[in-house]
Amino acid sequence: MHEMGIANSILEGVAAELRRRPGSRATKVGVRIGELSGVDPDALSFAFEAITLDTQFAGLVLDVEYVAYRRRCRNCGNEYDIHNYEILCPACGNLNADRTRGDELEFTYLEIEDINPEDSQPPEEDAAPVPHNEEVKR
Amino acid sequence: MNRVPMEGKILNENARIAADLRERFSAQRVLVVNLISSPGSGKTTLLEKTLETLPSGSRVAVLTGDLQTENDANRLKRYGYPVKQITTGGTCHLDARMIEKHIADWDLAGLDLLIIENVGNLVCPSSYDLGEAAKVVLLSVTEGEDKPLKYPSIFSKSELLILTKIDLLPYVPFDAAAAIANACRVHPEMEVVKVACLAGDGLREWMNWLENRKQRFLAELALPVG
Repeated sequence: MHEMGIANSILEGVAAELRRRPGSRATKVGVRIGELSGVDPDALSFAFEAITLDTQFAGLVLDVEYVAYRRRCRNCGNEYDIHNYEILCPACGNLNADRTRGDELEFTYLEIEDINPEDSQPPEEDAAPVPHNEEVKR
Repeated sequence: MNRVPMEGKILNENARIAADLRERFSAQRVLVVNLISSPGSGKTTLLEKTLETLPSGSRVAVLTGDLQTENDANRLKRYGYPVKQITTGGTCHLDARMIEKHIADWDLAGLDLLIIENVGNLVCPSSYDLGEAAKVVLLSVTEGEDKPLKYPSIFSKSELLILTKIDLLPYVPFDAAAAIANACRVHPEMEVVKVACLAGDGLREWMNWLENRKQRFLAELALPVG
């Protein structure tokens, strides 16, 4: 179970990206996890939710794109996903092929929004006005 | 709301340190092998026999990882080679920073071979590059022959499968041919060596593999860059 460490590394990556974009906060982060990466997507989602709870990242959505083990046949060039470890090329029956996908453990995108109060939800009519210089807590 | 592309590896920091280590190992011509298996498959015993079998004066060093205790390092120090224990304190794998820290006071120029014994675990070590030239996975005959299908990540990334404890085959319901076939389904190019360390069987094949891998490593270093 190293998904907690992976989740933490995702947060570090998000924090680094936000430092390059002052005035923004993250709402969603996209990652690509390969079947051979050694990371379980469900355990990762669980760990991510657990470590963001009650932090500045609470509510940050993790979007996992899970990609299959994929090979390219050295004989005919056909690219095919591996299902149930049936590794022979379905086109020509050849065994020799190179892995083209499946060990990814990478970022894909980040969804951000301004933390400027004017762009966030309008306050209730009887709510106290938000001081302009105070950061809005989530 | 605005979607911006984000690139890079999630384990970016580990990848950066591992790349740096790999460069240092290449510059000093040190073959680094990362041994991975479940707990109790015989990594330490294989290492004991390896150190015992190597010609005296071999330029080899060992890093051995565990959650706790110096037991493995104490077992391996008896052979007179540099050995360091990495206790992770609960972490289920070694990462590149641990390797960097533990080799800091070793002179890599004085080494030909560094063997890293990872924490006993078939899952997590597969995600962490340690800057090694090759991963080697061990599977003992007291485990299930379907392990390669259950843990495809590590079997797909390892160059060599060492089937251990084969002297127990008469006593356990383990189908060695099926285990190897399963490993090859996950990784068709997988090389295989069978050993019984306590009986001494297969050690010569393992030592030959190490020697051949070292020659291939050196040959690849000699190739022009790019």
